[in-house]
Amino acid sequence: MPHVTDLGSFRRIALFGGIYSNYLSLEKAVEIARARGVDATFALGDFGAFGPHPDRTVEILRRTAIPAIQGNYEESLATAAEDCHCGYTDPRDNAFAQVSYDYTREKTSAEHKAWMATLPAHLRLTIAGRRVLLCHGSPRRINEFLWETATPRPFIEKLLRDHAADLIVCTHTGLSWQRMTGPGRGLVNVGALGRPANDGRTNVWFAILEERAGDVAVELVPVDYDHARLAREMRSEGLPAEFIETIETGWWTTCLEILPAKERARGRF
Amino acid sequence: MSATPDDPTAFPVAPLFALDTLWFQVAGTVCNLQCTHCFISCSPTNHAHEMLTLAGVRQYLREAEGLGVKEYYFTGGEPFMNHDLFEILEETLRQGPVSVLTNGVLIRAEAAARLKKMSDASEYSLDIRISIDGWDAETNDPIRGAGTFERILAGVRALASAGLNPVITVTEACTGAATQAGRTRFLDFLKSVGLPQPRLKVMPLLRIGAEESRLRAYESWETLKDRELTEDEAGALQCTSARMVTSKGVYVCPILIDAPDAKMGDTLAGTLRPFTLSHQACFTCHETGFSCRT
Repeated sequence: MPHVTDLGSFRRIALFGGIYSNYLSLEKAVEIARARGVDATFALGDFGAFGPHPDRTVEILRRTAIPAIQGNYEESLATAAEDCHCGYTDPRDNAFAQVSYDYTREKTSAEHKAWMATLPAHLRLTIAGRRVLLCHGSPRRINEFLWETATPRPFIEKLLRDHAADLIVCTHTGLSWQRMTGPGRGLVNVGALGRPANDGRTNVWFAILEERAGDVAVELVPVDYDHARLAREMRSEGLPAEFIETIETGWWTTCLEILPAKERARGRF
Repeated sequence: MSATPDDPTAFPVAPLFALDTLWFQVAGTVCNLQCTHCFISCSPTNHAHEMLTLAGVRQYLREAEGLGVKEYYFTGGEPFMNHDLFEILEETLRQGPVSVLTNGVLIRAEAAARLKKMSDASEYSLDIRISIDGWDAETNDPIRGAGTFERILAGVRALASAGLNPVITVTEACTGAATQAGRTRFLDFLKSVGLPQPRLKVMPLLRIGAEESRLRAYESWETLKDRELTEDEAGALQCTSARMVTSKGVYVCPILIDAPDAKMGDTLAGTLRPFTLSHQACFTCHETGFSCRT
């Protein structure tokens, strides 16, 4: 079961969603966050998957001492699970997820897997007096998908009540959005740092939360990085052409069947 | 462990983790088609469950709001036979995401345009799910009725023209649909009828209702008697996070509405408790990991 640590009060923090082995975008995001003068940076899980050389991402996170929580990838790798527990339901989606997981599992060192086992499932902190809960999928399930057009206000309010939080911050879906249910209350999905947002643009995103005018303000920060280099490395690692196409074009090509109607309609495939 | 067939303690119990998905049997068991595999034997004359009214749905929506329900599904029977349907959907879309399960036969340009408009007006998704049982009339029509293949496709095309991309569901009554080759064939077929981003859900057969006399009923061994239920398995079961509202009250799930003991109460709050998986259809959900959800 998750152990939850309360880290105290912060003024400005950076939040990294799924990194998916994109160590190049991670390097850039760390620089940007530093330049923006954040008090701290947090990584919300799913460090591996999709991209090349999964250990490189973990090495950056550990070297920079970025506090991290488990995603379903870390939970699966730490427990030697046979699959990623991503939560897909379509056979093609699951087949691609398995390719990704098998590669990541093989290429992640035992030492890093042991480190993943030590990570908490949640972290708690305070900004502007608001109780902020960091999780991967949702506070109640590590692989729950919270999409913008399928996560209604009454449901967000229930999560906030059930988990004694004012603001829930999550990732897992790869698409960023936020929905406030009252002053300083709501849910923020920070999107993904490792995969573009299915909008035909190659950049990725992270989020900054900060105290502003006595409340929490959310800003999404674009990250341009050397995606051509990432694509080259993915190719030389023999990763699927479909994954490389996403990095090169900004359009998702796999794991699409889990998308609600509106998110699906925004993409090319 | 010995138990008589009627001993409820012999069956695993599904907890209710949270009421995430609320179903409405919005058209009751009344349908414009009479499919030979229908697990609740819907037909033009089956009034076992009656149509829901806007006022009837609204009462449950208010309760669902307080309970933090995550998503809403509307089915029948054929939902578009319910004259209140558009108003019901518009009201529900103010509260959360909506899926409608239909055979598409009554969806033509005007209905499709209205659905698109209400989808655009909502911050939530509206998913239309159309059932068809084959990639050609020879496969579909023996199950869903003569001429239905073309009438269903006309509905699909009307939605596509209006800018909506329906989810297409097919049951395993369409032989081979669940195989990789069958899925590929189906996806290619859907592209050919004007769905450039085809969305397909293949569903197992539930051997109750009309299906009992089409292919076969459950065998006596197809039950969860004396079976264990892990937490992961429980999480995959729809009954651990859903309930179904019909004109007769609130049932455990969309499948068992013809089973009197599957009615759990008259309010949502009255149904927030575990359910014993003693029905043979429970065997299908457990064995296949199947969910009626999209």
